Amino acid sequence: MKTIKSTLILAMLILMTTAFSTRTENGYKIGDTIEDFSLKNIDDKIVKLSDYKKAKGFIIIFTCNMCPYSVANEDRINALDAKYKSKGFPVIAINPNDPKASKGDGFEDMKVRAKEKGFTFPYLFDEGQKVYPKFGASKTPHVYIVNKKSMKVEYIGAIDNSSKDPSVVSEKYVENAVDALLAGKKIEKTETKAIGCTIKVL
Amino acid sequence: MVQKLISFTLIAVFLFSCKKEIPKEALTKEIAKIATVKSLNYEQLKPLLEKQDDKIYVVNFWATWCAPCVKELPYFEKIGSEYKSKNVEVLLVSLDFPKQVSTKLIPFINKNNIQSEVVLLDDFNEDIWIKAIDATWSGALPATLIYHKNKRKFYEQTFDYETLENELKQFLN
Repeated sequence: MKTIKSTLILAMLILMTTAFSTRTENGYKIGDTIEDFSLKNIDDKIVKLSDYKKAKGFIIIFTCNMCPYSVANEDRINALDAKYKSKGFPVIAINPNDPKASKGDGFEDMKVRAKEKGFTFPYLFDEGQKVYPKFGASKTPHVYIVNKKSMKVEYIGAIDNSSKDPSVVSEKYVENAVDALLAGKKIEKTETKAIGCTIKVL
Repeated sequence: MVQKLISFTLIAVFLFSCKKEIPKEALTKEIAKIATVKSLNYEQLKPLLEKQDDKIYVVNFWATWCAPCVKELPYFEKIGSEYKSKNVEVLLVSLDFPKQVSTKLIPFINKNNIQSEVVLLDDFNEDIWIKAIDATWSGALPATLIYHKNKRKFYEQTFDYETLENELKQFLN
């Protein structure tokens, strides 16, 4: 009996360690080709990247309602969409959280928040949490800039260099990256980091 | 006026009688309550992440708004008290928003009677210091650093007591 118990515990430990290590190590890296996805938007319509015939690329942002760092970036995400949608780089926001693990991050809650904040971009629900692991997103907010033509990942990271306090931002990573892509130049910083909330799953 | 006086007296009596009933321990606890949390930028925090003394340091990065962080905090507190005699020290680095220090962080510390040292890390340019703290850290919370002199291990994960204790044991020789 005791051996069974310790074997079980050992198996659980192994499973847990693998779950932790795969969480951040897998997923798209810079230069990887991404798969299109098909997710439900807050207007109840399905959104696919291939729907965007005229886009040059996408600013894909994993974000949610409840994370204070996401909330601190909502206005900046709206501003990014306002600035770059017309230039061919729309924002596509995806909520990766399982509402069962994060109260307030459900599909209906997303509709409410989007209305309150006047989101100008699609706010998609990663139902069943199937898309975020493919990206390897580990937190909210977490940005991936994708080139539409090649469907390759061009940038992974933070919106700018001061996620919690917009008043002291001195480097706008996402804007610099998209500007570089639009100008056909090399992106100077392709990977940056910021504090964020762990993606909530059961 | 008379009515006011009566209610004032009543309140005074009530307060007085309450005060009388407070046990001695509660009073000591009251005194132990903190009123401020030291706020550090990364340059100020850095020396605390690379001390070269004989102690083993368990540094947990957390925030009151981070539910998995709050859930695992008691395990860090327990490690701090159980292993105090074995030269282990726990440091809790909060990433709460500066404007919520007095409204959320300090009340949380007092309410939960947190014994480990808590400091606030308040700095922009996260890209630089997240990578400096550990190259593998994505920036997600919670995260933990255990170090003893130059031996370091970083964990971007949540802990239960047993897992945390097992990791710590690797540093206890």
